[in-house]
Amino acid sequence: MDDMNWSLRESHSFDRNTIAEIRRAAQTGLYRIRGFGAKRQVPTLDDLVFLGASMSRYPLEGYREKCDTSVTLGARYASKPIQLKIPITIAGMSFGSLSANAKEALGRGASELGTSTTTGDGGMTPEERGHSSQLVYQYLPSRYGMNPDDLRKADAIEIVVGQGAKPGGGGMLLGQKITERVAEMRTLPEGIDQRSACRHPDWTGPDDLAIKILELREITKWEKPIYIKCGAARPYYDTALAVKAGADVVVMDGMQGGTAATQDVFIEHVGLPTLAAIPLAVQALKDLDMHRKVQLIVGGGIRSGADVAKALALGADAVSIGTSALIALGDNDPAFEEDYKKLGTRAGFWEDYQDGSDPAGITTQNPELASRLDPVKAGRRLANYLRVLTLETQTLARANGKSHVHNMEPEDLAALSVEAAAMAGVPLAGTSWIPGQS
Amino acid sequence: MSGGQNIEVLDLSQSSLRDVNALLQGDAKPTGAFFKVINPRGAHALACGLDSEIEVEVEGHTGYYCAGMNKLARVVIKGNAGQGVAENMMSGEVRVTGDVSQSAGATAHGGLLVVEGNAAARCGISLKGGDIVVKGNVGHMSMFMAQAGTLVVLGDAGDALGDSLYEAQIYVRGSADNLGADCVEKEMREEHREKLQALLDKADCGEVAVSEFKRYGSARALYHFKPDNVDAY
Ligand SMILES: Cc1cc2nc3c(=O)[nH]c(=O)nc-3n(C[C@H](O)[C@H](O)[C@H](O)COP(=O)(O)O)c2cc1C
Repeated sequence: MDDMNWSLRESHSFDRNTIAEIRRAAQTGLYRIRGFGAKRQVPTLDDLVFLGASMSRYPLEGYREKCDTSVTLGARYASKPIQLKIPITIAGMSFGSLSANAKEALGRGASELGTSTTTGDGGMTPEERGHSSQLVYQYLPSRYGMNPDDLRKADAIEIVVGQGAKPGGGGMLLGQKITERVAEMRTLPEGIDQRSACRHPDWTGPDDLAIKILELREITKWEKPIYIKCGAARPYYDTALAVKAGADVVVMDGMQGGTAATQDVFIEHVGLPTLAAIPLAVQALKDLDMHRKVQLIVGGGIRSGADVAKALALGADAVSIGTSALIALGDNDPAFEEDYKKLGTRAGFWEDYQDGSDPAGITTQNPELASRLDPVKAGRRLANYLRVLTLETQTLARANGKSHVHNMEPEDLAALSVEAAAMAGVPLAGTSWIPGQS
Repeated sequence: MSGGQNIEVLDLSQSSLRDVNALLQGDAKPTGAFFKVINPRGAHALACGLDSEIEVEVEGHTGYYCAGMNKLARVVIKGNAGQGVAENMMSGEVRVTGDVSQSAGATAHGGLLVVEGNAAARCGISLKGGDIVVKGNVGHMSMFMAQAGTLVVLGDAGDALGDSLYEAQIYVRGSADNLGADCVEKEMREEHREKLQALLDKADCGEVAVSEFKRYGSARALYHFKPDNVDAY
């Protein structure tokens, strides 16, 4: 663009992305399916700031006074709750969407920091179970690979109602990624474009779900915590109904949440942003006197210790990360710039997780590409990243005088925009005004 | 049931569901050990998660998910069964003398489910390898997205049979007037007749002739996303 003519004016309505999409649609006749999460701008946790300590609040010494980060999940009904050392978990991502090496690396990194990983819409692999000290087993509408032995091998069970990228959408895995092993685990013909169901086959609604949870508990002797994961559609009611159905833990995933393959229109236009979802879910728990008794895990666009700390201050017990964990493993690594260029993209823009051609070897089933990811080294990078998130979270907690990350509270926050103030339920910075409340 | 064996009677009006299930699920039992559950009174999640070669007879009606995720065991329900009977069964056999509610045998990976009466909607939904024989009729959307395994219906099939089917097989003796998307009638070859006969025998169907059945399966037209299929999506 060096020779850009300064009189050229790009349309705001028909910018280059829009024009490219109309042209693509006109050529193919099919909607765009892609990975990654929402790319448009929405109000986020960035629109909040911590107030910090001053005359009326005492900070804690950075390197001397302890700031606890441990979390217990699932003590409501489970006889063996999950104990995490840090309030950051790895979100469910299927073997199939990810390579076996990537799953192993996630397990290695998470286990090093004492936190959990989660299976996904494709069953449990031995690599993953073997390398994850705490593994959450997803119970999805598709039930691919679902079996009672793996259920009993898991440390917790996550019933997936939805995910942030596509609340109400079923799974997809395109033919390029349905290799022999993936096909066998899912009982599908090799190479087909797989669509998985968006609703569970044997229950609808919270009353049925309560009985489903009873069954899962009976099969696993009431040992395992049972999570319910929802995309942020109606977070207040979804959380309340999850509690009523008997969940030990609610996972609430905002619209920015990543995906392996979803229609672009779904990714960008369905669901509430994470910032808006957290206070609604927390309010539901408080109204039922269940806050901190049923734990809340929040996901969708969590990138930094600041995001973690703000989510916790708004009332979450832990967060879950997908996209940022993949980036820590090596997703979008500029070292593969030449390969990205060949695919018509660039490092930093790659979003075609559905395609199976991932230069970094993470979202692929191609053995040559997958071998580019060394699970030991990638696991170490994830562990480092989790360390940084934890240190940053502690830094912010101490700055607000808190000796446990769960002691941070909405009162420690101010909002930088009217929208964020209204969504988060904290005052607009410099005022005592919470739109809609005061 | 093997004669001469001790029968252990479990009374759900006296014991809790947890105690009864714990006993049935418990560690290694002698093959063929026989249990009778009385007074089930519609209990949910009864005899689920079994994983040894025992026999369980339930005297009465059961609620949701009876014999869910069954492995190896043989469970006979003398009565009707609620939603999701034998859901996600891995192996073994579940038999219901009465009718069953929705989603019978949903996602079953193996084993045999026999329903002497009728099955409601979504029978065999997302089936992944199990076999189901229904002696009466099945409701709408049966075998929706079924991936592998077999459904045999001696009566009629409801609307949208086999919608979005993968490699599973369906045999219907009565009418199947309304097939779901991508489900088509297919030729009966010798291998199918043999398989069907074997299932009819296993399910004790008596004098039912294989020749009375039609076979249905996937046209495999929806296996790939194509603009031409937009109407079907
Ligand atoms: C490659 C990939 C695969 C995923 N697979 C699943 C899945 O199988 N089941 C599920 O519930 N969510 C799945 N998700 C969504 C994540 O569990 C999580 O909701 C999301 O990644 C959180 O948002 P974040 O990516 O912004 O951290 C997947 C996400 C990605 C990026």
